[in-house]
Amino acid sequence: MTALGAAGSPVAASPVAASLATAVADTGRTGTGEATLFWVLAPIMVLAALGLLFARKAIHAAMCVVLVMVSLAFLYVAQDAPFLGVVQVVVYTGAVMMLFLFVLMLVGVDASDSLVETIRGQRWLGLLFGVGLAVLLVGVVTRVTYPAPVGLAEANAASNPVGVARLIFGDFVFAFEVVGVLLVTAALGALVLTHRQRLVRKVGQRELARRRVAGLGKTEADRDAVERKGIAPLPAPGVYARTNAMDVPALDPQGRPIEQSVSRVLRVRGQERELEAVGVVPGPATGPVAGQLPAGPASPGLHLEAGEDGGADRHAPTPQAGAPGETAGPATPITTGRGPEVVP
Amino acid sequence: MNLSNYLVLASVLFAIGATTVLLRRNAIIVFMGVELMLNATNLVLVTFARQHGDLSGQVMAFFVMVVAAAEVVVGLAIIVQIFRTRRSASVDDVNLLKS
Repeated sequence: MTALGAAGSPVAASPVAASLATAVADTGRTGTGEATLFWVLAPIMVLAALGLLFARKAIHAAMCVVLVMVSLAFLYVAQDAPFLGVVQVVVYTGAVMMLFLFVLMLVGVDASDSLVETIRGQRWLGLLFGVGLAVLLVGVVTRVTYPAPVGLAEANAASNPVGVARLIFGDFVFAFEVVGVLLVTAALGALVLTHRQRLVRKVGQRELARRRVAGLGKTEADRDAVERKGIAPLPAPGVYARTNAMDVPALDPQGRPIEQSVSRVLRVRGQERELEAVGVVPGPATGPVAGQLPAGPASPGLHLEAGEDGGADRHAPTPQAGAPGETAGPATPITTGRGPEVVP
Repeated sequence: MNLSNYLVLASVLFAIGATTVLLRRNAIIVFMGVELMLNATNLVLVTFARQHGDLSGQVMAFFVMVVAAAEVVVGLAIIVQIFRTRRSASVDDVNLLKS
Protein backbone atom coordinates (compact mmCIF):
# COMPACT_ATOMS: atom_id res chain seq x y z
CA MET A 1 0.00 0.00 0.00
CA THR A 2 1.43 3.33 -0.94
CA ALA A 3 1.86 6.15 1.48
CA LEU A 4 -0.26 8.29 -0.80
CA GLY A 5 -3.16 5.91 -0.42
CA ALA A 6 -2.65 5.71 3.31
CA ALA A 7 -2.88 9.48 3.61
CA GLY A 8 -5.71 10.09 1.24
CA SER A 9 -8.19 7.27 1.63
CA PRO A 10 -10.51 6.94 4.59
CA VAL A 11 -9.81 3.23 4.58
CA ALA A 12 -6.49 3.84 6.27
CA ALA A 13 -8.05 6.16 8.83
CA SER A 14 -10.61 3.60 9.91
CA PRO A 15 -8.62 1.06 11.83
CA VAL A 16 -9.23 -2.29 10.29
CA ALA A 17 -6.89 -4.54 12.17
CA ALA A 18 -5.85 -6.85 9.39
CA SER A 19 -5.16 -4.17 6.81
CA LEU A 20 -3.42 -2.03 9.42
CA ALA A 21 -0.86 -4.69 10.09
CA THR A 22 0.16 -4.82 6.45
CA ALA A 23 0.08 -1.03 6.27
CA VAL A 24 2.47 -0.71 9.19
CA ALA A 25 4.81 -3.16 7.58
CA ASP A 26 4.69 -1.36 4.26
CA THR A 27 4.12 2.33 4.79
CA GLY A 28 7.72 3.45 5.04
CA ARG A 29 8.38 2.45 1.47
CA THR A 30 7.19 4.56 -1.40
CA GLY A 31 5.06 3.24 -4.18
CA THR A 32 4.94 3.92 -7.88
CA GLY A 33 2.23 6.54 -7.49
CA GLU A 34 4.27 8.57 -5.08
CA ALA A 35 7.39 8.21 -7.19
CA THR A 36 5.50 9.49 -10.22
CA LEU A 37 4.13 12.40 -8.23
CA PHE A 38 7.59 13.24 -6.97
CA TRP A 39 9.29 13.10 -10.34
CA VAL A 40 6.58 15.25 -11.88
CA LEU A 41 6.58 17.82 -9.10
CA ALA A 42 10.29 18.03 -8.31
CA PRO A 43 11.44 19.47 -11.68
CA ILE A 44 8.53 21.91 -11.62
CA MET A 45 9.50 23.04 -8.15
CA VAL A 46 13.16 23.47 -8.99
CA LEU A 47 12.29 25.40 -12.15
CA ALA A 48 9.91 27.64 -10.24
CA ALA A 49 12.55 28.25 -7.56
CA LEU A 50 15.01 29.21 -10.30
CA GLY A 51 12.29 31.52 -11.57
CA LEU A 52 12.36 33.26 -8.21
CA LEU A 53 16.10 33.67 -8.60
CA PHE A 54 16.07 34.97 -12.16
CA ALA A 55 12.68 36.60 -12.75
CA ARG A 56 12.99 40.21 -13.77
CA LYS A 57 9.63 41.27 -12.33
CA ALA A 58 8.76 40.81 -8.68
CA ILE A 59 5.24 39.62 -9.51
CA HIS A 60 6.60 36.75 -11.60
CA ALA A 61 8.90 35.77 -8.75
CA ALA A 62 5.95 35.79 -6.35
CA MET A 63 3.90 33.55 -8.63
CA CYS A 64 6.85 31.15 -8.93
CA VAL A 65 7.03 30.93 -5.14
CA VAL A 66 3.30 30.25 -4.99
CA LEU A 67 3.82 27.36 -7.42
CA VAL A 68 6.61 25.94 -5.25
CA MET A 69 4.46 26.19 -2.14
CA VAL A 70 1.42 24.51 -3.68
CA SER A 71 3.64 21.68 -4.95
CA LEU A 72 5.07 21.34 -1.46
CA ALA A 73 1.55 20.91 -0.14
CA PHE A 74 1.10 18.01 -2.54
CA LEU A 75 4.31 16.45 -1.31
CA TYR A 76 3.23 16.84 2.32
CA VAL A 77 -0.01 15.03 1.61
CA ALA A 78 1.92 12.32 -0.18
CA GLN A 79 4.16 11.98 2.87
CA ASP A 80 1.37 11.18 5.30
CA ALA A 81 0.98 14.76 6.49
CA PRO A 82 -2.42 15.88 5.19
CA PHE A 83 -2.83 18.34 8.06
CA LEU A 84 0.40 20.11 7.15
CA GLY A 85 -0.60 20.05 3.49
CA VAL A 86 -3.79 21.93 4.26
CA VAL A 87 -1.98 24.33 6.58
CA GLN A 88 0.61 24.92 3.89
CA VAL A 89 -2.04 25.96 1.39
CA VAL A 90 -3.98 28.06 3.88
CA VAL A 91 -1.09 29.78 5.64
CA TYR A 92 1.60 30.03 2.99
CA THR A 93 -0.17 30.41 -0.31
CA GLY A 94 -3.32 31.87 1.17
CA ALA A 95 -2.00 34.32 3.72
CA VAL A 96 1.74 34.84 3.36
CA MET A 97 2.00 35.06 -0.41
CA MET A 98 -1.11 37.22 -0.67
CA LEU A 99 0.51 39.54 1.87
CA PHE A 100 3.56 39.61 -0.37
CA LEU A 101 1.41 40.52 -3.35
CA PHE A 102 -0.29 43.28 -1.38
CA VAL A 103 3.06 44.77 -0.42
CA LEU A 104 4.28 44.46 -4.02
CA MET A 105 1.28 46.48 -5.15
CA LEU A 106 1.84 48.99 -2.36
CA VAL A 107 5.52 49.44 -3.13
CA GLY A 108 4.96 49.60 -6.86
CA VAL A 109 5.02 46.85 -9.41
CA ASP A 110 7.88 48.25 -11.41
CA ALA A 111 10.25 48.70 -8.51
CA SER A 112 12.56 46.34 -10.29
CA ASP A 113 16.06 45.37 -9.40
CA SER A 114 18.98 47.44 -10.43
CA LEU A 115 21.67 45.32 -11.98
CA VAL A 116 24.54 47.52 -10.87
CA GLU A 117 26.89 45.60 -8.66
CA THR A 118 27.75 47.57 -5.57
CA ILE A 119 30.26 44.97 -4.45
CA ARG A 120 32.52 43.87 -7.27
CA GLY A 121 32.15 40.24 -8.22
CA GLN A 122 29.25 39.76 -5.84
CA ARG A 123 27.16 38.01 -8.48
CA TRP A 124 29.72 35.35 -9.24
CA LEU A 125 30.63 34.89 -5.61
CA GLY A 126 26.97 34.48 -4.75
CA LEU A 127 26.40 31.96 -7.53
CA LEU A 128 29.51 30.08 -6.47
CA PHE A 129 28.28 30.01 -2.90
CA GLY A 130 24.85 28.78 -3.97
CA VAL A 131 26.23 25.98 -6.13
CA GLY A 132 28.69 25.05 -3.40
CA LEU A 133 25.94 24.92 -0.79
CA ALA A 134 23.79 22.76 -3.05
CA VAL A 135 26.66 20.36 -3.75
CA LEU A 136 27.57 20.15 -0.07
CA LEU A 137 24.01 19.52 1.13
CA VAL A 138 23.22 17.01 -1.61
CA GLY A 139 26.50 15.25 -0.98
CA VAL A 140 25.85 14.92 2.72
CA VAL A 141 22.25 13.85 2.24
CA THR A 142 22.98 11.21 -0.35
CA ARG A 143 26.01 9.66 1.31
CA VAL A 144 24.40 9.01 4.67
CA THR A 145 22.88 5.58 5.15
CA TYR A 146 19.48 5.75 6.75
CA PRO A 147 17.76 3.04 8.76
CA ALA A 148 14.74 1.43 7.19
CA PRO A 149 11.96 4.01 7.17
CA VAL A 150 9.39 3.40 9.86
CA GLY A 151 6.44 5.14 8.26
CA LEU A 152 3.61 6.95 9.92
CA ALA A 153 0.82 4.39 9.75
CA GLU A 154 1.08 3.68 13.45
CA ALA A 155 1.33 7.31 14.50
CA ASN A 156 -1.49 8.24 12.15
CA ALA A 157 -3.73 5.42 13.32
CA ALA A 158 -6.39 7.82 14.60
CA SER A 159 -5.98 10.12 11.57
CA ASN A 160 -3.11 12.57 11.11
CA PRO A 161 -4.74 15.73 12.57
CA VAL A 162 -5.60 13.86 15.75
CA GLY A 163 -2.04 12.61 16.11
CA VAL A 164 -0.59 16.07 15.53
CA ALA A 165 -3.10 17.64 17.93
CA ARG A 166 -2.17 15.15 20.68
CA LEU A 167 1.44 16.23 20.35
CA ILE A 168 0.75 19.97 20.09
CA PHE A 169 -1.56 20.09 23.08
CA GLY A 170 0.45 17.53 25.00
CA ASP A 171 4.22 17.65 24.74
CA PHE A 172 4.40 20.99 22.95
CA VAL A 173 1.68 22.92 24.74
CA PHE A 174 4.09 25.44 26.23
CA ALA A 175 5.65 26.14 22.82
CA PHE A 176 2.13 26.49 21.45
CA GLU A 177 1.27 29.18 23.98
CA VAL A 178 4.53 31.01 23.36
CA VAL A 179 3.80 30.97 19.65
CA GLY A 180 0.38 32.45 20.36
CA VAL A 181 2.02 35.31 22.27
CA LEU A 182 4.45 35.74 19.38
CA LEU A 183 1.61 36.05 16.89
CA VAL A 184 -0.14 38.71 18.96
CA THR A 185 3.13 40.58 19.36
CA ALA A 186 3.78 40.41 15.63
CA ALA A 187 0.32 41.77 14.85
CA LEU A 188 0.82 44.64 17.28
CA GLY A 189 4.30 45.26 15.92
CA ALA A 190 3.00 45.49 12.36
CA LEU A 191 0.32 47.94 13.53
CA VAL A 192 2.89 50.12 15.28
CA LEU A 193 5.38 49.95 12.42
CA THR A 194 2.95 50.97 9.72
CA HIS A 195 1.25 53.60 11.84
CA ARG A 196 1.83 57.12 10.63
CA GLN A 197 1.31 60.03 12.95
CA ARG A 198 -0.73 62.85 11.47
CA LEU A 199 1.22 66.05 11.74
CA VAL A 200 -1.33 68.45 10.26
CA ARG A 201 -5.09 68.52 10.58
CA LYS A 202 -6.96 66.35 8.11
CA VAL A 203 -8.46 68.30 5.23
CA GLY A 204 -11.89 67.04 4.38
CA GLN A 205 -13.59 66.91 1.02
CA ARG A 206 -15.86 69.83 1.84
CA GLU A 207 -13.00 72.10 2.90
CA LEU A 208 -11.00 71.09 -0.12
CA ALA A 209 -13.81 72.00 -2.50
CA ARG A 210 -14.43 75.30 -0.74
CA ARG A 211 -10.76 76.13 -0.77
CA ARG A 212 -10.46 75.42 -4.45
CA VAL A 213 -13.34 77.66 -5.41
CA ALA A 214 -12.40 80.38 -2.96
CA GLY A 215 -8.78 80.23 -3.98
CA LEU A 216 -9.46 81.25 -7.54
CA GLY A 217 -7.31 84.30 -7.89
CA LYS A 218 -6.60 84.83 -4.22
CA THR A 219 -3.20 83.74 -2.99
CA GLU A 220 -0.43 82.43 -5.12
CA ALA A 221 -0.38 78.99 -3.51
CA ASP A 222 -4.09 78.49 -3.96
CA ARG A 223 -3.89 79.58 -7.56
CA ASP A 224 -1.14 77.06 -8.08
CA ALA A 225 -3.21 74.29 -6.58
CA VAL A 226 -6.12 75.15 -8.82
CA GLU A 227 -3.82 75.39 -11.81
CA ARG A 228 -2.52 71.93 -11.11
CA LYS A 229 -5.70 70.10 -10.32
CA GLY A 230 -8.47 72.26 -11.76
CA ILE A 231 -11.78 72.95 -10.15
CA ALA A 232 -13.62 70.13 -11.77
CA PRO A 233 -12.51 66.52 -11.61
CA LEU A 234 -10.24 65.36 -14.38
CA PRO A 235 -12.03 64.62 -17.65
CA ALA A 236 -12.74 61.01 -18.59
CA PRO A 237 -10.83 59.40 -21.45
CA GLY A 238 -12.26 59.40 -24.92
CA VAL A 239 -15.00 57.15 -26.24
CA TYR A 240 -14.89 56.62 -29.99
CA ALA A 241 -16.53 54.44 -32.55
CA ARG A 242 -13.61 52.08 -32.74
CA THR A 243 -12.26 52.24 -29.22
CA ASN A 244 -13.19 53.28 -25.75
CA ALA A 245 -9.99 52.25 -24.07
CA MET A 246 -8.63 54.48 -21.36
CA ASP A 247 -5.39 55.19 -23.20
CA VAL A 248 -6.98 57.49 -25.77
CA PRO A 249 -7.51 61.14 -24.86
CA ALA A 250 -10.90 62.81 -25.01
CA LEU A 251 -11.64 65.79 -27.25
CA ASP A 252 -12.39 69.27 -26.03
CA PRO A 253 -15.07 71.44 -27.73
CA GLN A 254 -12.55 72.55 -30.32
CA GLY A 255 -11.81 68.96 -31.24
CA ARG A 256 -8.38 68.87 -29.75
CA PRO A 257 -7.18 66.06 -27.50
CA ILE A 258 -7.18 66.70 -23.75
CA GLU A 259 -4.02 65.17 -22.48
CA GLN A 260 -5.12 65.13 -18.86
CA SER A 261 -7.97 62.77 -19.65
CA VAL A 262 -5.46 59.93 -19.92
CA SER A 263 -4.29 58.49 -16.64
CA ARG A 264 -1.03 59.90 -15.39
CA VAL A 265 0.45 56.44 -15.00
CA LEU A 266 -0.16 55.63 -18.66
CA ARG A 267 1.36 58.94 -19.70
CA VAL A 268 4.44 58.35 -17.59
CA ARG A 269 4.90 54.88 -19.01
CA GLY A 270 4.40 56.15 -22.55
CA GLN A 271 1.48 53.80 -23.15
CA GLU A 272 -0.81 56.58 -24.30
CA ARG A 273 -2.24 56.18 -27.81
CA GLU A 274 -2.46 58.94 -30.34
CA LEU A 275 -5.84 59.96 -31.70
CA GLU A 276 -4.77 59.08 -35.23
CA ALA A 277 -4.26 55.49 -34.11
CA VAL A 278 -7.99 55.11 -33.57
CA GLY A 279 -8.97 56.94 -36.74
CA VAL A 280 -9.90 60.29 -35.22
CA VAL A 281 -8.60 63.42 -36.90
CA PRO A 282 -7.94 65.99 -34.19
CA GLY A 283 -8.94 69.61 -34.65
CA PRO A 284 -6.69 72.38 -35.91
CA ALA A 285 -3.63 73.04 -33.92
CA THR A 286 -3.25 76.74 -33.39
CA GLY A 287 -5.36 79.81 -33.03
CA PRO A 288 -8.91 80.52 -34.06
CA VAL A 289 -9.79 79.23 -37.48
CA ALA A 290 -12.59 80.77 -39.50
CA GLY A 291 -15.94 79.56 -38.33
CA GLN A 292 -14.63 78.31 -35.05
CA LEU A 293 -14.76 79.73 -31.59
CA PRO A 294 -11.55 81.29 -30.41
CA ALA A 295 -9.96 78.99 -27.93
CA GLY A 296 -7.26 79.59 -25.46
CA PRO A 297 -6.59 81.28 -22.19
CA ALA A 298 -9.51 83.68 -22.60
CA SER A 299 -11.93 81.32 -20.85
CA PRO A 300 -10.35 80.30 -17.57
CA GLY A 301 -12.57 77.35 -16.84
CA LEU A 302 -11.86 75.66 -20.12
CA HIS A 303 -8.25 76.55 -19.83
CA LEU A 304 -7.97 75.05 -16.39
CA GLU A 305 -9.65 71.89 -17.42
CA ALA A 306 -7.64 71.40 -20.54
CA GLY A 307 -4.30 71.96 -18.94
CA GLU A 308 -2.02 74.86 -18.36
CA ASP A 309 -0.01 74.59 -21.50
CA GLY A 310 -2.44 76.82 -23.35
CA GLY A 311 -3.57 74.38 -25.97
CA ALA A 312 -1.40 75.68 -28.76
CA ASP A 313 1.33 73.13 -28.44
CA ARG A 314 -0.73 70.50 -26.75
CA HIS A 315 -0.86 68.00 -29.51
CA ALA A 316 2.31 68.95 -31.19
CA PRO A 317 4.24 65.72 -31.54
CA THR A 318 6.35 65.26 -28.50
CA PRO A 319 9.93 64.33 -29.22
CA GLN A 320 10.93 60.79 -28.53
CA ALA A 321 12.85 60.32 -25.36
CA GLY A 322 16.48 59.65 -26.02
CA ALA A 323 18.42 56.73 -24.73
CA PRO A 324 19.46 57.04 -21.08
CA GLY A 325 22.60 59.05 -20.76
CA GLU A 326 22.08 60.77 -24.07
CA THR A 327 21.57 64.49 -23.75
CA ALA A 328 21.08 67.18 -26.28
CA GLY A 329 23.95 69.52 -25.58
CA PRO A 330 24.01 73.18 -26.49
CA ALA A 331 24.24 73.75 -30.19
CA THR A 332 26.38 76.85 -29.96
CA PRO A 333 29.98 76.67 -28.82
CA ILE A 334 30.59 77.82 -25.28
CA THR A 335 33.06 80.60 -24.84
CA THR A 336 34.62 81.01 -21.47
CA GLY A 337 35.79 84.24 -19.92
CA ARG A 338 39.36 83.45 -20.81
CA GLY A 339 38.62 83.62 -24.42
CA PRO A 340 38.27 80.89 -26.99
CA GLU A 341 39.72 77.55 -26.13
CA VAL A 342 42.79 76.74 -28.11
CA VAL A 343 42.84 73.20 -29.28
CA PRO A 344 46.42 72.02 -29.67
CA MET B 1 11.99 5.48 -4.65
CA ASN B 2 14.18 6.35 -1.74
CA LEU B 3 13.10 8.82 0.91
CA SER B 4 16.37 10.71 0.48
CA ASN B 5 15.03 12.03 -2.82
CA TYR B 6 12.91 14.40 -0.77
CA LEU B 7 15.99 15.50 1.12
CA VAL B 8 17.88 16.18 -2.11
CA LEU B 9 14.97 18.25 -3.40
CA ALA B 10 14.86 20.19 -0.13
CA SER B 11 18.61 20.82 -0.31
CA VAL B 12 18.36 22.17 -3.84
CA LEU B 13 15.46 24.44 -2.88
CA PHE B 14 17.36 25.66 0.17
CA ALA B 15 20.44 26.47 -1.90
CA ILE B 16 18.34 28.35 -4.46
CA GLY B 17 16.69 30.33 -1.67
CA ALA B 18 20.06 31.21 -0.15
CA THR B 19 21.37 32.31 -3.54
CA THR B 20 18.30 34.50 -3.98
CA VAL B 21 19.00 36.18 -0.67
CA LEU B 22 22.59 36.82 -1.74
CA LEU B 23 21.99 38.00 -5.29
CA ARG B 24 18.75 39.94 -5.49
CA ARG B 25 18.47 43.58 -4.47
CA ASN B 26 14.73 43.95 -4.17
CA ALA B 27 13.96 43.53 -0.48
CA ILE B 28 10.69 41.73 -1.19
CA ILE B 29 12.35 39.14 -3.41
CA VAL B 30 15.06 38.65 -0.81
CA PHE B 31 12.31 37.99 1.68
CA MET B 32 10.72 35.46 -0.64
CA GLY B 33 14.09 33.69 -0.76
CA VAL B 34 13.97 33.40 3.03
CA GLU B 35 10.48 31.92 2.75
CA LEU B 36 11.76 29.38 0.24
CA MET B 37 14.50 28.33 2.64
CA LEU B 38 11.96 27.90 5.44
CA ASN B 39 9.78 25.76 3.17
CA ALA B 40 12.72 23.55 2.23
CA THR B 41 13.42 23.04 5.92
CA ASN B 42 9.81 22.06 6.47
CA LEU B 43 10.09 19.43 3.77
CA VAL B 44 13.10 17.95 5.55
CA LEU B 45 11.22 17.90 8.85
CA VAL B 46 8.21 16.14 7.31
CA THR B 47 10.44 13.60 5.56
CA PHE B 48 12.27 12.74 8.75
CA ALA B 49 8.98 12.48 10.61
CA ARG B 50 8.07 9.75 8.17
CA GLN B 51 11.49 8.19 8.34
CA HIS B 52 11.33 7.82 12.12
CA GLY B 53 7.61 7.21 12.44
CA ASP B 54 7.33 10.13 14.85
CA LEU B 55 4.90 12.99 14.39
CA SER B 56 7.13 15.46 16.27
CA GLY B 57 8.73 16.48 12.99
CA GLN B 58 5.37 17.49 11.60
CA VAL B 59 4.64 19.47 14.76
CA MET B 60 7.96 21.28 14.35
CA ALA B 61 7.14 22.07 10.74
CA PHE B 62 3.83 23.46 11.96
CA PHE B 63 5.61 25.73 14.42
CA VAL B 64 8.01 26.85 11.70
CA MET B 65 5.01 27.85 9.60
CA VAL B 66 3.48 29.87 12.42
CA VAL B 67 6.72 31.66 13.22
CA ALA B 68 7.25 32.32 9.50
CA ALA B 69 3.82 33.94 9.31
CA ALA B 70 4.69 36.24 12.22
CA GLU B 71 8.07 37.00 10.67
CA VAL B 72 6.49 37.88 7.33
CA VAL B 73 4.08 40.30 8.98
CA VAL B 74 6.82 42.21 10.78
CA GLY B 75 9.30 42.05 7.91
CA LEU B 76 6.86 43.35 5.34
CA ALA B 77 5.83 46.13 7.73
CA ILE B 78 9.49 47.14 7.97
CA ILE B 79 9.86 47.05 4.18
CA VAL B 80 6.76 49.22 3.74
CA GLN B 81 8.08 51.66 6.33
CA ILE B 82 11.48 51.88 4.64
CA PHE B 83 9.79 52.38 1.30
CA ARG B 84 7.75 55.23 2.72
CA THR B 85 10.77 57.09 4.01
CA ARG B 86 13.33 56.25 1.31
CA ARG B 87 11.05 55.68 -1.72
CA SER B 88 12.97 52.54 -2.55
CA ALA B 89 12.65 48.83 -1.89
CA SER B 90 16.26 48.07 -2.74
CA VAL B 91 18.41 46.68 0.02
CA ASP B 92 21.34 48.75 -1.25
CA ASP B 93 19.63 52.03 -0.44
CA VAL B 94 19.37 51.31 3.26
CA ASN B 95 22.78 52.71 4.13
CA LEU B 96 22.09 55.56 6.54
CA LEU B 97 24.22 54.00 9.25
CA LYS B 98 27.25 54.00 6.95
CA SER B 99 29.39 56.90 8.13
